[in-house]
Amino acid sequence: MIKVKNLHKSFSGEEILKGIDTEFEKGKTNLIIGQSGAGKTVFLKCLLGLITPTEGSIEYDGKAYATLDKEEQRELRKNMGMVFQGGALFDSMTVAENVMFPLKMFTKQTKSQRLDRVRKVLDRVDLLNVDKKFPSEISGGMQKRVSIARAIVNQPKYLFCDEPNSGLDPRTAILIDNLIQEITKEYDITTVINTHDMNSVLEIGENIIFLKDGRLEWQGNKDIIYKTESESLSNFVYSSDLFKKVREVQLKGI
Amino acid sequence: MSYLHSIGEYFIMLKDIFRRMTKGSVLKTLIFKEIDDLIINSMGIVVFISFFIGGVVTIQTALNLNNPLIPKSLIGFTARQSIILEFAPTFISIIMAGKVGSYITSSIGTMRVTEQIDALEVMGINSLNYLVFPKIIAMLLYPFVISIAIFVGLLGAYMAGVMGGFVASEQFLEGLQSDFIPFHLAYAFIKSFFFALILATVPSYHGYYMKGGSLEVGQASTTSFVWTSVILIITNYVLTQLLLS
Repeated sequence: MIKVKNLHKSFSGEEILKGIDTEFEKGKTNLIIGQSGAGKTVFLKCLLGLITPTEGSIEYDGKAYATLDKEEQRELRKNMGMVFQGGALFDSMTVAENVMFPLKMFTKQTKSQRLDRVRKVLDRVDLLNVDKKFPSEISGGMQKRVSIARAIVNQPKYLFCDEPNSGLDPRTAILIDNLIQEITKEYDITTVINTHDMNSVLEIGENIIFLKDGRLEWQGNKDIIYKTESESLSNFVYSSDLFKKVREVQLKGI
Repeated sequence: MSYLHSIGEYFIMLKDIFRRMTKGSVLKTLIFKEIDDLIINSMGIVVFISFFIGGVVTIQTALNLNNPLIPKSLIGFTARQSIILEFAPTFISIIMAGKVGSYITSSIGTMRVTEQIDALEVMGINSLNYLVFPKIIAMLLYPFVISIAIFVGLLGAYMAGVMGGFVASEQFLEGLQSDFIPFHLAYAFIKSFFFALILATVPSYHGYYMKGGSLEVGQASTTSFVWTSVILIITNYVLTQLLLS
């Protein structure tokens, strides 16, 4: 579980995050949503420890990040997996080498143990057949799946995803969403997803956080989001005609 | 102010490179890869340029020696001094700033743009150590490159002088050996050691701290070449003043 208390972050005097209090539960897909400029990326980078908050604290299973020494922070980072928006695969390495990278860096496993683990994880994301290819030789959806495989190969406690299905066709996007949700349950990890995709919100949003102007405007899940009284949230989620109709159906179904 | 900021940032980067070392076995592989990319892959252009520059130095010296009182052996002497003192270490380093420097800036810059550096940081890896340290170690072989450049440059000078009919072989070799000061070779290698550090770290700085997209990667490569060359020239002046005057 990740607990965020009164999180503030400013850049050159401009306050981007204005006191966020929330919790991300273990075994659930936690979604951060909000319009561009709402502070989602800054928030995610704070959670990842890439940006130091101006004020407030972030606790990972009861341990506040700021109170950890450098070595403890490094150990904590080893328990974090990250799926970047563009995949961020190392283009000089093959798919298998990319997935093996965290094992090579942080474990004392033998080569055969590492290969076994890589095969297992690639099989999990259904990519065993492309293990010898380079990232530039596979599709965007495959790259995202390799990125997920690399993020979970070291069995992390926390999985962070930055817009994991951006730039993908709707079918592949749903596959990626479902894969992340399945992995979250299977590995019993705390997953935090930064997304713009409304399909994801309504499909896998077990805990949804809506940010507006650096503040937490609304928190709930996909089952209650259509009942929201927050105008900015309903305008954001149900902005298209299609989603407006979906909402009408949801409201009639009460 | 921005120059001061960049200078400060560069020295902080140098300090951070040696913080939190990457696992030894991984580092070994990276160092061999960098030796291949930065040193071995540069040998072709170094040999080519050195050979012809050596030849041009000889021809130009020969064509300017019209006085019959000046011995022809001076051609060999001039070629040796020019190649050892300046052409091999400095001229080749400027060429390397273009070849190796822009390769380093664009490869690290692309990693920055495509979030590969962020991926390393999130994993708890010191990305500066992972990316720049192997380049510094690989570039420690740079004096070896310069020694090849000196040898090939002198060979080019000999061939252009003798085969071009400007000087007899014995006269050229006599000039090549006359008044030789071994410290001049040491000076060339000391210079190349400092140049190696500049060639590994300045382009890395420009790639690592770049912001933007693919267009900015290209701009960073150009800026990197300009600044690496400027720093090489200034360092060349300072070292010459310190070591030879």
